[in-house]
Amino acid sequence: MKITGAKMVIESLHEERVDTVFGYPGGAIMNVYDEIYKQNYFEHILNRHEQASIHAAEGYARSTGKVGVAIVTSGPGFTNAVTGLATAYMDSIPLVVISGQVPTAIIGTDGFQEIDAVGISRPCTKHNYLVNKIEDLPRIIKEAFHIARTGRPGPVHIDIPKDITAEVGNFEYPKEVNLPTYKPTVNYNKRQLKKAMIAISKAKKPLLYVGGGAILANCGHEIREFAKKTNIPVVETLMARGVMGHDNPLLMGMLGMHGEFSANMAAYETDLLISLGARFDDRVTGRLDEFASKAKVIHVDVDPASIEKLVKANYPIVGDLKVTVDGMLESLKDMELNDYSNWVALLKEYREKEPLRYIDSNTVIKPQWPIERVGKILGNKAIISTDVGQHQMWTAQFYPFSFPRQFITSGGLGTMGFGLPAAIGVAKGNPDKVSINFSGDGSILMNIQELMTCVQSNLPVINIVLNNNYLGMVRQWQTMFYENRLSETDLSIQPDFKMLVESFGGLGYRVTTKEEFDAALKDAVDKKRPAMIEVIVERNEEVLPMVPNGHALNEMTLIGDLNE
Amino acid sequence: MNNFNHYYDSETIRQVISVIVINEHNALSRIVGLFSARGYNIDSLTVAPITGSEYSRMTIVTTGDKRVIDQIVKQLNKLIPVLKVNEHKSVIEKETVLIKIPINQPISDVEVIARAYNGHIQNVTDDAIVISATDEPHRIANFTNIMINRFNPLEIVKSGVVAMER
Ligand SMILES: Cc1ncc(C[n+]2csc(CCOP(=O)(O)OP(=O)(O)O)c2C)c(N)n1
Repeated sequence: MKITGAKMVIESLHEERVDTVFGYPGGAIMNVYDEIYKQNYFEHILNRHEQASIHAAEGYARSTGKVGVAIVTSGPGFTNAVTGLATAYMDSIPLVVISGQVPTAIIGTDGFQEIDAVGISRPCTKHNYLVNKIEDLPRIIKEAFHIARTGRPGPVHIDIPKDITAEVGNFEYPKEVNLPTYKPTVNYNKRQLKKAMIAISKAKKPLLYVGGGAILANCGHEIREFAKKTNIPVVETLMARGVMGHDNPLLMGMLGMHGEFSANMAAYETDLLISLGARFDDRVTGRLDEFASKAKVIHVDVDPASIEKLVKANYPIVGDLKVTVDGMLESLKDMELNDYSNWVALLKEYREKEPLRYIDSNTVIKPQWPIERVGKILGNKAIISTDVGQHQMWTAQFYPFSFPRQFITSGGLGTMGFGLPAAIGVAKGNPDKVSINFSGDGSILMNIQELMTCVQSNLPVINIVLNNNYLGMVRQWQTMFYENRLSETDLSIQPDFKMLVESFGGLGYRVTTKEEFDAALKDAVDKKRPAMIEVIVERNEEVLPMVPNGHALNEMTLIGDLNE
Repeated sequence: MNNFNHYYDSETIRQVISVIVINEHNALSRIVGLFSARGYNIDSLTVAPITGSEYSRMTIVTTGDKRVIDQIVKQLNKLIPVLKVNEHKSVIEKETVLIKIPINQPISDVEVIARAYNGHIQNVTDDAIVISATDEPHRIANFTNIMINRFNPLEIVKSGVVAMER
C-alpha cells in the first residue's frame, strides 16, 4: 500500500488501537492534521496549550494503563510540550508524543519554527527519534509504542519533518519489533528470590515499601495477596496510593515528608525493608543515611539502574514486579514464616496514638475537609487528580483511595498545572467515573485555559480549588524555615473564579460553608458538566505531620507540636 | 547496620569503559548527554565504527567512586541503542600524542627522548618538527610533560584512550 507519511501516522496509531489523541496543530504537522480530519479511527481532543496535551495524555495513560498519545507542531509547539514530557519521564508514564519538524532540507538553517527537538527531549524521554526517511516511519512508531510500555515505562518522542509527512511510501506496519539492543528484564533470578524469601522468613519486623512501580506493573492484587498471606505490614509512597486500599488493616499509611507517623516509624524500625517498585525518592526517605537504617534491604525493580542508586540492596532483584511478586507468592507455599503479629500490633498502636488528623473549625472550612467530604460522598466512584502543593499532600493523606490508578498526581517532577489537563485525560478514558481535580488557587491558573477543552469536548471534569490566597506550600516553608518572610507567595489578588469558569461556559461555584460545598458538589455531579468549585479555606493551615528537609523520618513535626 | 556507609568511604577510581552502540546520528549525544546530565566525568572519549558492522565502539575513561561507576554502567546499559557495556578490568590501553616543536630546538635530544616513549619524528619543515608517540596513557602523560618542560611545544594533540581486554 503506497500512502503519505501523514497517512502512515494515522494507520500506525490505528494498528496500535489508539482511540484517543490529544494535541494542537501548526504548520509543520498540518499534513498529519489533514489526515486526522479525514479519519474516524480515533477521537482527537483539542487542548489549548501543548503542555496540557501531554498532561491529558498522561492522565489518560495513568488512569487506564494504556499508552497515551499526543501530537504537537514544531518549534514553540514542541517546546511547550517539554514540561509534560519531563513530568511523564519522572513518573515513568508510557506516552508516544509526535511532533512536526521543519522539512529535512531546512533542518539546521534556523528555519521558521525550527528547534532541535530531539536534542531538547533527550534528557526527558525514555527514547526519541528524528525520522530521516519515510521507509523508517512505521518501524519507528512500532518501536516507540513498544519502548514506551515495556520495561520501566516512559515517554517516547518522535520528531517528523514536514516533507516526510507529505512524501509517499510503501506502508506495511511491522508485526514485530526487532531491537537487538533493547531487552528489558522480565524474569527475576530464582536463586536471588529464594535468598530474599529466606530473609523474609527470618525477619522479625519486615515491611513492604510499595512504590509507583506497583501501579505501573498492575500488581496491586498480588501485593495485597502477599501482605495478607504473610501478615507483613505495608507502607505506600505518594505514587502508590490506592494499591492496598485505604481500609486494609495491614496498611500503615503513606510514608515520607508528609507521611503518617506509623508509616515513618515502621520504616525507622523495620529490620527488613522489602522495596517493591519504589525508588527511594528524597521526599520519601528523609535523611538517606538514616532511612531504614536498622534494616536489610530487598530491592525489587524492573530498572537495574534503580537498584543501588541510592541505597545498598542486600537482596537486589531485577524483574517485572508482577512476575516477581507472583514468584514470591508461589514460594510461600513451602515456607514457614515468623509470626509478625506483635510487629503489626505495635504499628497499629502507633497509628491509633498518632493518626492522621486535622483540627476542624466551625467558622471556616479547613482545606482537608472538602477532600474528606468528597471521599465520603464519591469514594471509589471518582478518580482523583491533583495539582501540586499543600492540597496535593492533603489529598494523598485524606482521600480514601481504594484501588490502583485512582490517584493521578505529578510525583517526581511536581508540576503545577498538571491537575486540570490530567483530569481531562481521566474523564476521556473513564466515562463511568467522576473526574475530580483538587487544585490550589496558584496551580489552577497555570493551565486554566483547559476549561475550554472541557467545555468543547464535553468532559465533565470537576475542579475543586482550595483557595487559601497563597502559594500555600511555599508559604508553609517560609513560615517554618524563613521566619515568616512571605516572599512573593501572597495571592490575595485573584480572578473571580466563578465568573472565569462561567465565561468559558462551565459551571462556577464559590463556597464558604460546608452546606454550600455539599450543594455545589451535588449540583456539579448531577449536571455532568465541566465545573469549578472554589472553596474559600483557612489561609494558614499547615500540612502535617512533616519531616523537615534533611531530617530523618523519625524526627517528625506532629500536629500537636504546632496546633494545640 | 547502615545501608549507606559502604558508599561514603569508597575511594575515587579510574575506570575504562567501552560501549558498543548502534551507528545512528544521535548516539554520541545520548551518551555524552547522560554523563553531563548526571554529573559524571569524562576524562577521555574515543569513537570509531567497528569494521564490517552497524555498530561503533566508544572508549570512555572516567573517574568516580564505586557507586558512580556502577551507575554509569547501568545508565549506559539503559540507553536503547547501546548493545553492550564493558567495564574493563585488565586492559591494554593506548593513547597517541602529536607534539609540534619549534625547529630551533636540539633535534637529536628530541629524537632520543621520543624513542624512549615509542615515539619518533613524523615530519620536519623549515619552522617545526612534529613527533608522535603511542603508549600507555600514563607514559604519554610523562612524555608530554617532559616535552613541555624542555622544548616549548607549539601545539599538542592527544587522541584519547583506546582499550582492549587482555
Ligand atoms: C510549575 C511549578 N512552578 C513552581 C512550583 C513550586 N511550587 C510548589 S508548591 C507551590 C505552591 C502551590 O500553590 P497552590 O497551587 O495555591 O496550592 P497550595 O499549596 O496553596 O495548596 C509552588 C509555587 C512547582 N511545583 N511547579
